[in-house]
Amino acid sequence: MRSFTYQRAASASEAAAAVAATPGAKFIAGGTNLLDLMKLEIETPTHLVDVQDTGLDKIEDTPDGGLRIGTLVSNTALSADQRVRRDYAVLTRAIQAGASGQLRNKATTGGNLLQRTRCPYFYDPNMPCNKRKPGDGCAAMKGYSRQLGVIGTSDSCIATYPGDMAVALRLLDAEVETVKGDGTARSIPIADFHRLWGDHPERETALEPGEMITHVVLPKPLGGKHVYHKVRDRASYAFALVSVAAVIQPDGTGRVAFGGMAPKPWRVEEAEAMLPQGASAVVKRAFADAKPRSDNRFKLALAERTLAGILAEARS
Amino acid sequence: MEFNGPSQDAVFTDPKVIGKSTRRIDGPLKTTGTAPYAYERHDVAPNQAYGYVVGAGIAKGRIAAMNLEDARKAPGVIAVVAATEHEPVGSSDFNHAPLFGGRKIAHYHQAIACVVAESFEEARAAAAMIRTSYESEDGTYELAKVAPGAELEKGGWGDARSDRGDFEATFGSAAVKLDQHYTTPDESHAMMEPMATIAAWDGDRLTVWTSNQMINWGKESLASILSIPENKIRVDSPYIGGGFGGKLFVRADAVMAALAAKAAKRPVKVMLQRPLIFNNATHRPATIQRVRIGADKQGHIQAIAHECWSGNITGQDGENATAQTNHMYAGHHRMTASYVAQLDLPEGNAMRAPGEAPGHMGLEVAIDEMAEKLGMDPIEFRILNEPETMPAHPDRKFSERHLVRCLREGAERFGWSRRQAKPASLSDGRWLVGMGVSAGYRGAPTTKSAARVALDGKGGATVTTDMTDIGTGSYTIIAQTAAECLGLPLDKVSVVLGDSAFPVSSGSGGQWGAASSTAGVYAACVELHRAIAQKLGIDPQTIRFEDGRVIGAGKTVPLSDLGELAATGEIDFGDYKKGYDIGTYAGHFCEVGVDRYTGEIRIRRMLAVCDAGRILNPLSARSQVIGAMTMAAGATLMEELAVDKRFGYFVNHDLAGYEVPVHADIPHQEVIFLETLDPYISPLQAKGVGELGICGPTAAIANAVYNATGIRVREYPITLDKMIDRLPQV
Amino acid sequence: MDDRDLAVSRRGVLAAGAASVAVSQVPLSRTEAAAAAAKPAQQAVRLTVNGKSHDLTLDTRTTLLDTLREHLQLTGTKKGCDHGQCGACTVLVNGQRINSCLSLAVMHQGDEVTTVEGLGTPDKLHPMQDAFVEHDAYQCGYCTPGQICSAVAVLDEIRKGIPSHVTGDLTGKMQPTNIEMRERMSGNICRCGAYSNIAEAMAQVAEG
Repeated sequence: MRSFTYQRAASASEAAAAVAATPGAKFIAGGTNLLDLMKLEIETPTHLVDVQDTGLDKIEDTPDGGLRIGTLVSNTALSADQRVRRDYAVLTRAIQAGASGQLRNKATTGGNLLQRTRCPYFYDPNMPCNKRKPGDGCAAMKGYSRQLGVIGTSDSCIATYPGDMAVALRLLDAEVETVKGDGTARSIPIADFHRLWGDHPERETALEPGEMITHVVLPKPLGGKHVYHKVRDRASYAFALVSVAAVIQPDGTGRVAFGGMAPKPWRVEEAEAMLPQGASAVVKRAFADAKPRSDNRFKLALAERTLAGILAEARS
Repeated sequence: MEFNGPSQDAVFTDPKVIGKSTRRIDGPLKTTGTAPYAYERHDVAPNQAYGYVVGAGIAKGRIAAMNLEDARKAPGVIAVVAATEHEPVGSSDFNHAPLFGGRKIAHYHQAIACVVAESFEEARAAAAMIRTSYESEDGTYELAKVAPGAELEKGGWGDARSDRGDFEATFGSAAVKLDQHYTTPDESHAMMEPMATIAAWDGDRLTVWTSNQMINWGKESLASILSIPENKIRVDSPYIGGGFGGKLFVRADAVMAALAAKAAKRPVKVMLQRPLIFNNATHRPATIQRVRIGADKQGHIQAIAHECWSGNITGQDGENATAQTNHMYAGHHRMTASYVAQLDLPEGNAMRAPGEAPGHMGLEVAIDEMAEKLGMDPIEFRILNEPETMPAHPDRKFSERHLVRCLREGAERFGWSRRQAKPASLSDGRWLVGMGVSAGYRGAPTTKSAARVALDGKGGATVTTDMTDIGTGSYTIIAQTAAECLGLPLDKVSVVLGDSAFPVSSGSGGQWGAASSTAGVYAACVELHRAIAQKLGIDPQTIRFEDGRVIGAGKTVPLSDLGELAATGEIDFGDYKKGYDIGTYAGHFCEVGVDRYTGEIRIRRMLAVCDAGRILNPLSARSQVIGAMTMAAGATLMEELAVDKRFGYFVNHDLAGYEVPVHADIPHQEVIFLETLDPYISPLQAKGVGELGICGPTAAIANAVYNATGIRVREYPITLDKMIDRLPQV
Repeated sequence: MDDRDLAVSRRGVLAAGAASVAVSQVPLSRTEAAAAAAKPAQQAVRLTVNGKSHDLTLDTRTTLLDTLREHLQLTGTKKGCDHGQCGACTVLVNGQRINSCLSLAVMHQGDEVTTVEGLGTPDKLHPMQDAFVEHDAYQCGYCTPGQICSAVAVLDEIRKGIPSHVTGDLTGKMQPTNIEMRERMSGNICRCGAYSNIAEAMAQVAEG
């Protein structure tokens, strides 16, 4: 870990201004992913701006019946909020499917959206990785790729976005509110928040340098049956092979998003419109452009079967 | 003393302490964080500096150049020990891969430097500044490719080849035949405490406070690795945060700490960082196994063969998965063979029940498959083929063997009669449910072991021996043994372990520790009995020890009156054992659920019924068995070091990538110990169980998955991607 | 050799089937080297650990875990992976369990930290520590302090009604069932495999 200076900011705008003004600066909130990567020198900030004193740790009702979640709200607190449990159960389910109790106590709403990939080649600085070092090559491409992406990947990178919470947020059409270094605020639809890798796998989100997430806003509740099924080899504390978030309405329509498949939570609105026709139709459409590798091809069948299980239980 | 025949000491005929479930005497320390592990010993040497190890970035080749200047100039740095500036260290009888020094790289993450600094943070940061360029060479990394050319194993622990009768001809003409291949992957010990050492020099004397299962091997190895006399070395390892074979041998932490302490001229502490361990240290080698069984229509095995192919960096000493097959089933015509290929992966070496653990994953699934072919219940098939003497060497009698009881009593307890013989015929909601069984065999080796027992003159006694407690419960069974032999309550016995200054014990490995080390303590107590008898002027044969007193020849003397009397004793085991097949046996049972949609496999129940002689402390012995069952669950369902066949290393080299079971994977586990005694094993008639527990639950789980789904996966681990195309239509 | 091999071999790393290729890593750039040679940043922090206040000046890189183990010599909290992958470093901060390896000490200004040493002592065990001894809920003991800190926190989380991955009814009352405890404890790996016994120790404490 390289040496860095450290400061605390009292407000989001102060934090954003500090990061924008300091070359090599980064925000730190829970630190559960950033410190992990700093120890391996995959992240090498020279200055950290700690945002824990910015007061953004509340969940407020919005005028149109939704919720506005402060970026510092921990995964535990968000998943345990009575309103979330009642009206956005898929979010509680997704958060609780991720990481461990200890990590969820520290991981924040904003920080979790910025969680970086778990590709094992990204994590090993001896291996070439375009995400770690643009132009370096990709060791994963012909390597061990069982966990890696099947769609939305590129010739530069086949990593996935590894998180669970964002899959539920994508399903719920959340908006990500930010403040930039110059104090201007904006709102980014979650669908646009995570980027596909393309030729620049080092650019993972729509955030500009120095731009800080302040809130995540949920629109009014969808009703319906909320399910998050995360499939993994061990029963807990593991990243998804495939996860499926779904809200199924009594008439069989609904929404579905997939985790563990792509650089971002994977939701194709035209595909979910086919939910009444069953899992096979939805997955065929959602993954029509999939480019699986031999050792992760199973993810397509697994996604379909996982969704089929959800639909069967929703109907029963 | 030499143990030369069946045990008959009356002290163990009606034991008061031995054999009773006993809370561990080290429990209060372990549960309060006050038991000191290797890296934590701030008190043993002043002014400790921090060392951080750098691993090679290639699997095979040479270091072209190392840029050490940035690291040397970095803040806080005291010394840099680098491979390019150091001759290769010596080897030992126990290491296959080079540990450090010189430009040659034999495997990925081989230690190439150690940076010493005032703080951990400074050492780590400076280590990352070392820039190394390499000349890579092509290597051999794929077992399946080189297996066909592999040669018969050299240097292994078991028989490389064994033949009896005419296997090929008999198998060829058998009425019912099975010929199947099974593969098991490379596995990592993944013990929770990383390898760690504090090293300090006092002139030419070296002390290492480390984490090592075998203190005396460690001392011998360090002497030959560092080219210094054994008597100049002290190794101390009172608490070991798990080993499972991974800490049988001196590893890079101890070597680098010793070299770094010399360079820094002050004590240095080194802990191998977790992402380095999987490739720097040892692992259990992968296997390819072929099992052939031929039987008559009634199910009598006539011919059985088990062959195994594995690899290692030397091309010798592989993973002999045939080890159990010579002991398990009847069958006149038989053959086993273990072949080893040269691979340029990191060093393969012992991991819990080397050979037998993966061996059961082949053999005991093959038995299940054969039973199905014969239309027999797999328990009845096993019992029908229970041998009368060791099947590969019929002249060797079993000392004690109750495998049939393990299976029968286990079946009764587990509700085996409710199992559906036809696979995929039972479900519970979305779960397909099945049961599986396996027999278990693990050898019961013993080896010589010494201890010293000292009366403290105040009514208590202290046992000292270089025996280790790697979580096995050695502290407590050793205290129980001394308490039993000296007629003391347990809390009057203290036990100090793991210091090479103490008498040399068996150490912890190969399931020999419990039986051997307690026998060594017994031998020391017998010597102490003699010394006491002599002091009191009475015949040692006539005295007994009760309630803190010596009773004999009409006298009753409190032990506290004897002053500070001590004796050292050693047990050695005579050749008589060669005439016997001394093993431990188990029946393992498992029920699994398999999600009919996703193929997720979850264990619902597990049972082990164990026949392992006297159980010294049923409380901690049970923990050994459930722990092994848990590791078996990992081996069967998730654990695999993924080999990158281009770059020649284990890709998933951390605890997020190499998945081991977590709490949620493991339901309540049940263990039954048959109340057996084996007088041929040791004076205490006790055998180890820590490795028996991992021999078989693997196959029981695999067989349960088959029973639940009708899908047979013969490539471990059994993961959903290998079943998904064969799961029921949804 | 197709494009993907070329992408890999651009950096000179051995591609599949290629012959001997030199691999090199460039030394630090001048600015990097200058930054690296500078004295590491230090920062003052005040922590309360097991009821005792400590004023420390630390390298900003120092984790809470290393602060406890190396600076305060409270070595009950263990380093198993240093990457949030094992749970051996679990401590309670302001009553909540966290992985102390993935938290910087300077982020804990004014915080109250409880480690395993703060729960009980060998002569006066906390009920959870005593239950662990009684049920033999450990073997090597290295993960044990983290397991115990987590176990204490888990029962508290269930009492507070925090849901888990296995909770059936998210709006109902939480119960300390076997499966709830196992799921919630899953961030604490025990390679010795004491899980079944740990669940029993916890059940004993949960039943009071």
